[in-house]
This record gives sequence, C-alpha cells and structure tokens, in this order.
Amino acid sequence: MSTLQVTQARVMKSEWTKLRTQPGALWSLLSAVILVVAFGILYSLLRVARPPHGAAATASFDPTSVSLAGVQLAQVAAGVLGVLLITSEYATGLIRTTLAAVPRRLPTLWGKAAVVTGAVVAVSVPAAVAVFLAGQAILGRHLSVSLGAPGVARAVIGGALYLAVAALLGLALGALLRSTAGGIAALFGLLFAVPILVGFLPGSLADEIGKYLPGTAGLAVTSVHPDPATSLAPWTGFGVFCAYALVLLAAAAVRMRRGDA
Amino acid sequence: MIEISELTKRYGPTTAVSDLTFTVRPGTVTGFLGPNGAGKSTTMRMILGLDEPTSGSVTVNGRAPRAHAAPLHEVGGMLDPRAVHPSRSAYHHLLALAQTTGIRRSRVDEVVDAVGLRSVAKRPAGKFSLGMAQRLGIAAALLGDPATVVLDEPVNGLDVEGIRWMRGMLTELASQGKTVFVSSHLMSEIAQTATRLIVIGKGRLIADTSVADFIASAAPASVRVRSSDQPGLAALLRSPDVTVTVADDGALLVSGLPAERIGAIAAGAGIAVAELSTVETSLEDAFVDLTKDAVEYRAVVSQEEK
Repeated sequence: MSTLQVTQARVMKSEWTKLRTQPGALWSLLSAVILVVAFGILYSLLRVARPPHGAAATASFDPTSVSLAGVQLAQVAAGVLGVLLITSEYATGLIRTTLAAVPRRLPTLWGKAAVVTGAVVAVSVPAAVAVFLAGQAILGRHLSVSLGAPGVARAVIGGALYLAVAALLGLALGALLRSTAGGIAALFGLLFAVPILVGFLPGSLADEIGKYLPGTAGLAVTSVHPDPATSLAPWTGFGVFCAYALVLLAAAAVRMRRGDA
Repeated sequence: MIEISELTKRYGPTTAVSDLTFTVRPGTVTGFLGPNGAGKSTTMRMILGLDEPTSGSVTVNGRAPRAHAAPLHEVGGMLDPRAVHPSRSAYHHLLALAQTTGIRRSRVDEVVDAVGLRSVAKRPAGKFSLGMAQRLGIAAALLGDPATVVLDEPVNGLDVEGIRWMRGMLTELASQGKTVFVSSHLMSEIAQTATRLIVIGKGRLIADTSVADFIASAAPASVRVRSSDQPGLAALLRSPDVTVTVADDGALLVSGLPAERIGAIAAGAGIAVAELSTVETSLEDAFVDLTKDAVEYRAVVSQEEK
C-alpha cells in the first residue's frame, strides 16, 4: 500500500473525508433523518386522532406506511445531498483539483456514489426502524402491526433504501447539470412535477404510466400491500427506480469522462 | 519536463491556443508570459489533463497527463487558489487530496509547514486571505512531491512579503531539479525569478527564449537630450542607424547612439547641452512592445478625448 497510485478504494476514502468535512452535506443528511422521524411520528398521531372508519377503510389501512410517511419528504433532503456532493465542487472550482489528481475521472464519480449510498443507508435504516417502532407504539394495539408481519420489514428497510437511491439520483443530476440550482430543480421535476403532469392524462392511462415514474415506482417498496392498479410489485418498482438512477449515472459518467473538466 | 507539440485548443468558434510548440525543462524556473486572454490558463489546464487538446499533444515527464498512475506525484498544479470548499479546513482539503493517491498523512503536515500555514490549518479555507489561499494552493501542488510544478499566476494579489516568499519557493523547487512552470501577465513579476521565458499572445507562441536574451532583444535604450539648438542637433544626429523623435516637452529622444557620442557630437558643433540622460527600456515596455499586436482587448481612445 506504500506505492503512490490512484485506486478506487483510495478515491472512496478521499470522498468520505470530503463528505464528513462538508457541513452542507451533513446538514442534508441530518435533515433527512429528522424528516423521516418527525413526520412519521406526526402523521401517526394524526391517524390515531382520525382512525379509519368502516370495513373497507380499515382493511386498506397500512400502519407501516403511516409511520414511514416522512420518507416522501426526506427524499428531497437525500436528493439534495447527492446534488450538493458534486455541484459544490463545480461551484467552487474544486472539481479541477480533484480531477487533476484523478484524471481517469470516473473513480471520483463512483467514489461519491459509494460514499453517499453508504452514508444515507447508515442513517436511514436506523431512522426508519426507529420511526416504525415509534409509529406503531403511537397507533396502539388496534391499528399497529409488528415488524415480523409479512412484508413489513421489507417496507421499512425499503423506505431507507429508497432514500439512498434518491441521493444517487441527485448525484447523477448534479453531475450532468454541474449546477446546484439546476440539479435540485431537475430532482424536483423528476420526483414531483412529472407525476402531476401524468396525472392530467385520462384515468387508466395515468395509473398505467404513473406506476413507472421514478417516485411512484420506488415508493412501491415502502408499501406492505401495494395496489396493483396504481403500483408495481414492491421490488419490481424499486428495481425500476434503481434503473432510473443507474441510467442517469451512466449518462453522467459519459459526460464526465469525455472532454473538458 | 513538459513537452508541448503543435497544440491547438478551440472552444466552439473561439481558438484559445493555436499551434503551440515548446518544451519546459527541469532545474529552472520557466516563466509563461502573455497578456490576459492569451491562452495561458487553457494551456495549463491541458498540461494538468483537465482539458483535452483539439489537436497536437502535451506530455508531462514523458507521458500524456491522464496516463499517469499517480498524477499528483508527476505534476502538481495550482490554477485557482480560491477553488476550495469554503467551510472545509485547509488540513482536510489537503488530506482528501492526499488520500486519492495513497500519500501518507504525515506528508500533509510537511507541506502545511513548508508553506507556513500550520497555525491556521484547521480553519475553514474559505476564510483565508488571498495570500493564505495562494500558500494553500502551493501546498496542494507540492503534496505529491511532483517532478513538475505548474502554477497559474501564483504571485497575483500577493503583498511584498508574500511575493518574496513565493520567489524563494520557486527558486528552491528549481534547485531541487524540478520543472517549474509559472504564468504571469506581468513581466516584472517573472523577470526576477525565471531564467527561461515562454511568451504567448492570442494563443500563439511569440518567444521561447532566456530572460536575458529577451531583455537584450527588446527595443534598445534611448537617450533624452535638451540643448540650445534642438533642430540643429537633430539634423546632426540623424542617420540610417539612428532615429530621433521629439518628445511632448520638446526634448529629443535618440535611439541608436550612446549618450557619450551624442554629447561629443553636440560639443563638436558648439551646441550647449542642457540635459542628457539614458532612458532604460523597462521590462514591461519590452513585453508590451512584443505583445502589442497580440492583445485581444485594447482600450480605444476616441478623437474627442485626445
């Protein structure tokens, strides 16, 4: 290990050092945790105050997704983290120093992807489990479900993994657009604006296309019993979400590898 | 060693660098001089493997910049001293850079000491003064103990003490046998440090010479004369090798003759000399002379203002 040489593992270590010494990134990470936990608890309290009425509502009541409601807000914080990790380097010009040290360039992109995935998973898995347990405690004996029930553990862990992929999506958009504002706007567009536009299509078409949109597809994994009319199967949906992130990362890699830094 | 051959770089319709060929050798400080916009930074980005040449080639220590296994050990660069994350400490900035290449942690402390930043190394780099930021940039460039060092305008904005320090540092690096390539848009900054000189303008090579030859080849010194009979003296002095012009205040500016000869000629003709002084061509004048056709943006003085 004493020879001087750029390796993927070393670049990853360098990217970890950068992440942990970049306050903006740490704040995004903390915001994601706070949003997951606080909004999950808040929404659970709300549903206790307004429990489902009637047999149909009770049957479709999903206590797991109630407690995981914060994931949908936290995806913004996770996505912004991904965007910032790369656009802050373009904004300051630091990217030139980075890429002069790593002229093959892609190890830097992969290093950032690995580090952001690791960091988000490391904080969001405990956060999701904690808010699930807190949420179920709030929902009480009649409305709650146990972590051991079918599909529940998958939904809880899936919610945490969803956030990691949202961060990768942000990283890819940031690397493609090289601008913080542009990257965040594109992230919002992809996760929130596109579903609204698709919602204007006639009902069945909107549902059919809607299933495959990144946010909807990805969130299927956080639902214990996804509705086949409006949602893909849990891991299928998550796979589609991952595919979006991977395609955008591949495009970012092509842009980064070619031409001028 | 930096070898540049027929290097051309275009950005869309703009040609930043055109058919440049030169070599920067180890063991000396080589100045890279040109007016703003001449293509110096573009050339340096290509030396660091950041921009791809449109045509031609760059090699550093014998290989393409992007082909090195440990680029930081081959070529250390400073392009923009402000290119740091503002809230990351100088130490962590350097540490993250070192980690990419497996440079040991103690080396970070070494370069921090070498540039005199120890007392502020844990402070956010965004709070640094320009002088401190330049030192941090030098530290980053030296981190991998590279054989070649490329610095873009390293003395720009430094105070006197900082300039002196930078000159000492550059000379020291060259004496260690490193290739030191330093750009500037000011001749005077370069002349006291560099021994070799590459001058470009509008992306083209203007001169590849030693500093001493450059100064010698620049417009020769002229002599300023005031005397009792200016037209008469001018007529006596004029010859195919000597030019005489009249300054705004009526003094004669003579080039091509030393002051002693002018004095002797005047004495021989019985003309009383009131003033006789040699006007040295400054380095800056020489540089401006050489690059005057290659300045991209020039102030236009309208007739009314004259």
